[in-house]
Amino acid sequence: MDSQSSVPAILISSLEKKYDNGLQALHPTDLSIQKGEIFALLGPNGAGKSTLINMVCGIVNPSGGEVKVQGYDIIKEYRQARSLIGLVPQELTTHSFETVNQIVEFSRSLFNCPKDHKYTEELLRSLTLWEKRDEKIIALSGGMKRRLLIAQALSHKPKVLFLDEPTAGVDVELRKNLWDIVLRLRDQGVTIVLTTHYIEEAEAMADRVGIINKGKIALVEDKNRLLEKFGHKKLILTLAKPLNRIPSSLQKYELEIEGEGTSLTHVYSSVEEDMNLNELLCDLSDEGIMYSDLQTKKSSLEEVFVQLVQS
Amino acid sequence: MNLRGLLAIYIYEMRRAFRTVGQSIISPVISTSLYFVVFGSAIGSRMDEVGGVSYGSFIVPGLIMLSVLTQSTSNGSFSIFFPKFTGTIYEILSAPLSFLEITIGYVGASMSKSMILGIIIFITAHFFVSIELLHPFWALLFFILTCLSFSLLGFVIGIWADGFEKIQIVPMLILTPLTFLGGSFYSISMLPPFWQKVSMFNPIVYLISGFRWSFYGKADVSLSISLTVICVFICICLAIVWRMFATGYKLKA
Ligand SMILES: Nc1ncnc2c1ncn2[C@@H]1O[C@H](COP(=O)(O)OP(=O)(O)O)[C@@H](O)[C@H]1O
Ligand SMILES: [Mg+2]
Repeated sequence: MDSQSSVPAILISSLEKKYDNGLQALHPTDLSIQKGEIFALLGPNGAGKSTLINMVCGIVNPSGGEVKVQGYDIIKEYRQARSLIGLVPQELTTHSFETVNQIVEFSRSLFNCPKDHKYTEELLRSLTLWEKRDEKIIALSGGMKRRLLIAQALSHKPKVLFLDEPTAGVDVELRKNLWDIVLRLRDQGVTIVLTTHYIEEAEAMADRVGIINKGKIALVEDKNRLLEKFGHKKLILTLAKPLNRIPSSLQKYELEIEGEGTSLTHVYSSVEEDMNLNELLCDLSDEGIMYSDLQTKKSSLEEVFVQLVQS
Repeated sequence: MNLRGLLAIYIYEMRRAFRTVGQSIISPVISTSLYFVVFGSAIGSRMDEVGGVSYGSFIVPGLIMLSVLTQSTSNGSFSIFFPKFTGTIYEILSAPLSFLEITIGYVGASMSKSMILGIIIFITAHFFVSIELLHPFWALLFFILTCLSFSLLGFVIGIWADGFEKIQIVPMLILTPLTFLGGSFYSISMLPPFWQKVSMFNPIVYLISGFRWSFYGKADVSLSISLTVICVFICICLAIVWRMFATGYKLKA
C-alpha cells in the first residue's frame, strides 16, 4: 500500500463543541473513517450528529481538537481539505429564483472547478433532475430540492460526501433512490458519512456504524459485527398441536409460549454455539412436541440501538 | 486563489440585481427627478448661487452621494444577510474560499450596483441642470471609494444583523441623518459657527465635500483630509470583516 491510500479519509482527534449557550453538544471525540467506506452516525435527535459533521465541513467552529481530511488539516489547510468534501445539509436550504442548472454550476464554481457541461448533465440525469434544469428552484417539489442539494454537493466530484439525514421526511421511493445513489458513489470510491436516526437506513447501507448519544460516541463497530455482538436470534416454532404449558424438563431453556399456544419461541445470542439448539430440538421431540414450521429471526439494529442507548 | 469562486459570487449577485433591472433603474430616475423639481426648481429658483454655482447644480454631487451611500449600504448588507437568512450561506462557508475572496465577491457586486445607480443619477441630472466636471479623475476616485466603503459598512451590518429590522435600523437612524446633515443640500459654511464645528465630526461631510470639489473646485474641507478619512474608514471596515470571518462571529455557531 502506498502512503496515500493508508491515510484515513477523515481523522478526528479530541474534537469537541460547546455552544455559546454553554451546551456541550459534543464531548471530546476521536474517530477515524477509512477511504471508501460508508459510515453511519446513528443517534436520536439532538445527539450531536450535525454538530460533528458541520465542524468537519467548516460551518461550525470547533471548541477544541482537530480534524484531518485525507491528511489535510481543516483549519490550516482548509482549501485542500474543503476541496475534497461535499456536504448535503440537513435542512432544505435552497436558493429560489435561480434555475437548477445555474445553481449546480454556481456550486461547482465555488470549488474553483471550471464548467463541465458533460459532467453536469450526467449528474443531473442521475438524479432525475435533467428535465428540470431550466426550472426555477422555487417551483421544485421537496424531493426534487433534496436531490438538487445532492447534485450541488456532488458538483465538484468530492472524495468525501457528508449526508446529514438525507432521507428525513422523504417518501419511500425517493429513499430507495437515494440509497442506490449512495451505493453507486461508494462503488466509485467516494467515502460517505451519513447521519440518521433511522436504524434501517444504517442497517441497509453502512459498512460501519457509530452510535452517538448525548454528545458522546458510545460505540463504533463494523455493522455486521455489531449485530453479532449485541444482536440476538429468535427461534420460532409453529406447533402442530397447541401447548398450554412448558414441560418441566424444558424449563432450563428460555422458552415462551405465544399465540395461544400455537407457537414456541426461544431467544439466544447469535454467537452461541448451535449445539444448544440441537439439544433443545432433541429434548422437544423427547417430550413429543411436534412442530410444523421452524424459522429464525435476527434482531435488527433498532433493538441493538435501544439496548445501547438505554444502558 | 479561488478566482472562479469569487466570480461565481459576483455573478450570482449581479444576476439577482438584473432580475429586477426595471425597478432598479426606474426608481432612482424618478426620485432624482423629484429632487430636482423640488430642490432645484421650486426652492432653488429662490436661492442665491452657492459659491458661484447655481443651487440646482450645487446639489448634484450631494444627491449622487446620498443615493450611492444609501444604496451601497443596503446592497452590501442584504448580499450577506440573505444567504444567512435562507441558510444557503453553508455553501460559501464550506467552500475553499478565503475571507477576502468572499468579501471581494459580495462587496464588489454591491459596489458595481451602486456605481451603476450613481451613473444613472448623473445622467438624469443633466436633463435638469448644467453640470461641470472639473476633475473627472478625482470625481471617479471619490465615487469608487465611497461605493467601496459603504458597501463594506453594509457588509459588516449584514453579518451582524440577525433580523430584517436591524438591517433597516442602521441606515435609517444613522446614515440618513448623517447624509442630510453632511452638506448634500447646503454648504457647511452656511451654518452657524457652532454647527460648523459639530459637522466636522460627521465623516460624510468629508466625502461630499471632496466629491463636490471634483465637480466645481469648491470644498468645505481640504482634499487630503477627505481622502484620509475615507481610507481610514475603509481600513476599519475591512479589519472588522476580517475579524468577523476569523472568529466566525454571527456566521458560524
Ligand atoms: N447553534 C446552536 N446553538 C446552541 N445549541 C445548539 C446549536 N445547534 C445545535 N445545538 C444543540 O446541540 C445539540 C446537538 O444538536 P445537533 O448536532 O443538531 O443534533 P443532531 O444533529 O444529532 O440532531 C442539541 O441539543 C441542539 O439543541
Ligand atoms: Mg441533525
